[in-house]
Amino acid sequence: MQLNDQYIDRKWVVGGIFAVFILIFIIRLFFIQVADNKYSMSADSNSQRHMIQYPARGLVYDRNGILLVHNQAAYDLMVIPRQVLPFDTLLLAELLDIDVKLIRDRIYKAKIYSRYKPSIFLKQISVSRYARFQEHMFKFPGFYIQSRTLRDYPRPMAAHLLGYVGEVNDDMVKKNPYYSSGDYIGISGIEKSYEEVLRGAKGNKIFLVDVHNRIKGEFMNGALDKQAVQGLDLTTTLDAELQEYGEKLMAFKSGSIVAIEPQTGEILALVSSPTYDPKMLVGRKRSKNYSILQKDELKPLFNRALTAQYPPGSIFKIVNGLIGLQEEVINLETHFECDKSLVGCHNHPPNNGIIKAIQYSCNPYFNQVYRRVVQQGTDKNRFVDSRYGVKRWVELCQSFGLGQTLPIDVPNLSSGSIPGLKYYDKKYGKNQWAFSTIASNAIGQGEVMIVPLQMANLAAIFANSGYYIVPHIVKKIGENPTSKDEYTQRRYTGIDHKWFVPVKEAMYAVVNEAGGTARLARNDSIVICGKTGTVQNPHGEDHSVFIAFAPRENPQIALVVYVENTGFGGTWAAPIASLIIEKYLHRVVSAKSVEEKEKRIIEYTPLKK
Amino acid sequence: MNRNQGILHQIDWITVGLYFLLVILGWLNIYAAVFNEDHRYIFDVSQRYGMQLIWIVAALMLIVVIFSIDSRFFSAFPYPMYLLMILTLIFVLIFGRVVNGSKSWIEIGMFRLQPAEFAKLATALTLAKFASVYNFKLNQFRNLLIVSAIIGIPAVLILLQNDTGSTLVFATFSLVLYREGLPGWILVMGVVLILLFVLALLLGLNALTVIIFVSAWVYLLAHTRNLKISGWILLPSGIAYLGMYLAIWFLNLKLSLAVQLVAPWFLSFPIYLVMAYKNNIKRIYGVVAAITFSLMFIFSVDYVFHNILIKHQRDRINNLLGIEFDPLGAGYNVNQSMIAIGSGGAVGKGFLQGTQTKYNFVPEQSTDFIFCTVGEEWGFVGSALVLLLFLGLLFRIIFLAERQKSKFTRIYGYGVAAIFFFHILVNVGMTIGLAPVIGIPLPFFSYGGSSLWAFTILLFILVRLDVSRDQQLN
Ligand SMILES: [Zn+2]
Repeated sequence: MQLNDQYIDRKWVVGGIFAVFILIFIIRLFFIQVADNKYSMSADSNSQRHMIQYPARGLVYDRNGILLVHNQAAYDLMVIPRQVLPFDTLLLAELLDIDVKLIRDRIYKAKIYSRYKPSIFLKQISVSRYARFQEHMFKFPGFYIQSRTLRDYPRPMAAHLLGYVGEVNDDMVKKNPYYSSGDYIGISGIEKSYEEVLRGAKGNKIFLVDVHNRIKGEFMNGALDKQAVQGLDLTTTLDAELQEYGEKLMAFKSGSIVAIEPQTGEILALVSSPTYDPKMLVGRKRSKNYSILQKDELKPLFNRALTAQYPPGSIFKIVNGLIGLQEEVINLETHFECDKSLVGCHNHPPNNGIIKAIQYSCNPYFNQVYRRVVQQGTDKNRFVDSRYGVKRWVELCQSFGLGQTLPIDVPNLSSGSIPGLKYYDKKYGKNQWAFSTIASNAIGQGEVMIVPLQMANLAAIFANSGYYIVPHIVKKIGENPTSKDEYTQRRYTGIDHKWFVPVKEAMYAVVNEAGGTARLARNDSIVICGKTGTVQNPHGEDHSVFIAFAPRENPQIALVVYVENTGFGGTWAAPIASLIIEKYLHRVVSAKSVEEKEKRIIEYTPLKK
Repeated sequence: MNRNQGILHQIDWITVGLYFLLVILGWLNIYAAVFNEDHRYIFDVSQRYGMQLIWIVAALMLIVVIFSIDSRFFSAFPYPMYLLMILTLIFVLIFGRVVNGSKSWIEIGMFRLQPAEFAKLATALTLAKFASVYNFKLNQFRNLLIVSAIIGIPAVLILLQNDTGSTLVFATFSLVLYREGLPGWILVMGVVLILLFVLALLLGLNALTVIIFVSAWVYLLAHTRNLKISGWILLPSGIAYLGMYLAIWFLNLKLSLAVQLVAPWFLSFPIYLVMAYKNNIKRIYGVVAAITFSLMFIFSVDYVFHNILIKHQRDRINNLLGIEFDPLGAGYNVNQSMIAIGSGGAVGKGFLQGTQTKYNFVPEQSTDFIFCTVGEEWGFVGSALVLLLFLGLLFRIIFLAERQKSKFTRIYGYGVAAIFFFHILVNVGMTIGLAPVIGIPLPFFSYGGSSLWAFTILLFILVRLDVSRDQQLN
């Protein structure tokens, strides 16, 4: 049955309209794509080059505005495999002073990474090569120069603290979208902890590049460009001159110096010896030098000041003494005989109280104090009783910032260790240990471990009579003072202010009175208070340690000097500390001190080969 | 005979074949357009090409569903569907989600649907249903009014969603109506009105007034073949307008735009009437009416545009017409798109070798500007082939429509053809600088489930109806 349809012919009109428009489109396409090469020419000159604008990394200054870290220009030769046309490999090899095989390898590698994205073809070419290459660049489509900045150190020092910058690894690229392969990132020290502040923000500039590898202009007049944001400068708390001096004194010795301004927690100097020149870990030579440093048996890469956990030795007697006073298991007059049957001691005048005991560093005395702390008589069973005592002791030790990782602004700080119930239960079994088992903690020789930074912090606590501010290394970010609560608020120990008075008295006596163990630290013009330690070292010679603060009234500096394998604490650590104090407070070391102390210390070079 | 065997036997495999060819080509192009080095696997669902495959598989399931529905269903329920569609559009207007400035999406779980896509289908079916009643005549005023409403209501609702592209699709239903007997002059008048609208904004009223008079003169010259009469006809108005401009210039007269535009005409047109009467040229009456109407029309366009529309609507229209060249917006896109297509040359750069569409030279590369990838990677040969495939599909749809005994299916078929045509016309036209930048998808090529499913359903309902063409009479 046929529909009676008077409009049936209109199907031709509709079909015709369809056909006409499609035909118009095809003709138009023919003109755009085949007849007129205007568009394909534009496409050629339209190849985009995304140039990453690396912002200059923030500079680093010391507390007095001395420049410690700045930037130097570096040039990377980049390649985008997709844009590479056949080129004169011999010329490129000659210009860059590399062999042809390397060129092929690198291009192959780049292709595997991405055909569209740029990869680094040759890292950090010299300025002169850069200039020569620039002249010939038009012969090498697909190649271009990317400028970056590398670190430079006008006064090489504090390598561990400043840290270094290196290429970001693949893990990080995956984890953090900000980074792309080949970017630099802070790997250690404050370069790492302040990475986000220092790096600023990368910018992106898009250029149009023609087939001859020439930049034709900005893409869309720069509308899509992103300006790089400069990294912020850091003002550290470091005193460059003090740091340099400390490194000089510690040369060819193994150990550390950590100096803190007690009222603020600002780290004035942080020396870890042996150290290395931070310039070694910059640029192309970094990986080579790094492996050299890593293989060095003196472990120059190891930051002793933050990560070496040492038994504290006699300096820990002060902590135990304070805990005894606080727990009221002793008072200022409490007298214990120097009973060498309990623990060995050197010959010294008799103690008549804690001040003298600290001054003479009497081992049996503190053995007795610690016994009273641990076994306070809370329970008749001495095992159970020890648990109460040790628990309390651990709490108070922790209030000194011991046995915990302080939230400082440099990475990789160790916590040290204050052994508690858990530790001893595991080691000996529950109720299988009592005071006698752990007695060596009394004189800082047991399982107590402290890192030098914590020792310096102890000195600061003594100087402040009972509180500390978490040590930190950065004072100002850009123009803004660091305002983190941690670095401004006082943390009080669990010890009454009043108990620090006799401790300071004793520390004064250690340095300044006859019979004190650190007479070598004495300085005529500065009242130094301190405490020596000699740490028995089963692997070799004793470690020499000295903590101090000065001046006695209104202390400006608190510090620790830890010298490994050098014997008695008063011999090396004390005079070094004294020189550091003098340098900091007077800015110059007197001729007398140079003669009496510095010369001897500098001449002492146990590590020199 | 087994019903399923019957279906397989009756299916128009040419349409189905064209469909699959286009869908596969579309999928490969999406792969090329958003090719990601780190995700080379074409089935990787974290990428758009992987997702598109999921949409394609879902579309295949839709086809199965459509074939399992009795063909009478489609002609039985257009009105309820239409009502539902209108309600949905209103719902979207109130509760919808704004994407790219259009409040046209609804979210159901992870799915985002654009009801406008399905509004086209419902409208096509409803139109077919209404116009297929026995003895239906389009030149009856009542019918014309109802048909206009069927098309106009969803169009306006979608326009209110700020989705200009989908709104304009509804205009193509006039092609369907033309096939069903809409007087040709209405179509012509429609085109003229659109032209006047665009030119009024593009050229300004003064220039357009000149054009209107020149056109009138050309028209009269063509019909009277008398240079003298047709020439004289312009003289009074010419003098009137000239006089007015001189007066404005020298006497510093301040006349409103309306007066400037219309006053000289009203002063001069009685002369024409007298002339028409004296020379007995009836056409002059028509011309006078046309000029009067045109002047009023362009004045109201101008007035509405500048005084009633709010700024962002003006901006949209300006952008659409290219009045404001926005280097970061429409103008830029078209230029980049043409460069991409042009760079393909005669045979293209080859699959995945396009450089212009990579690195985001062309924005919306996998959706609105997908044709760039075709042009760049497959060149003139490939893009012409794709267009010819589309033309083939359009012809095949008309062929299917015309072989129906059922008027319903025929009208619906034309509706499908019109919708496809408009999408191809605007989308491809936009990428080669022949159409304004309007964001509507290219059937089967643009990324996205919503549009793929809508086009699939649209086409396969026709195929399904065609299968049962022998069973349907009306
Ligand atoms: Zn003793």
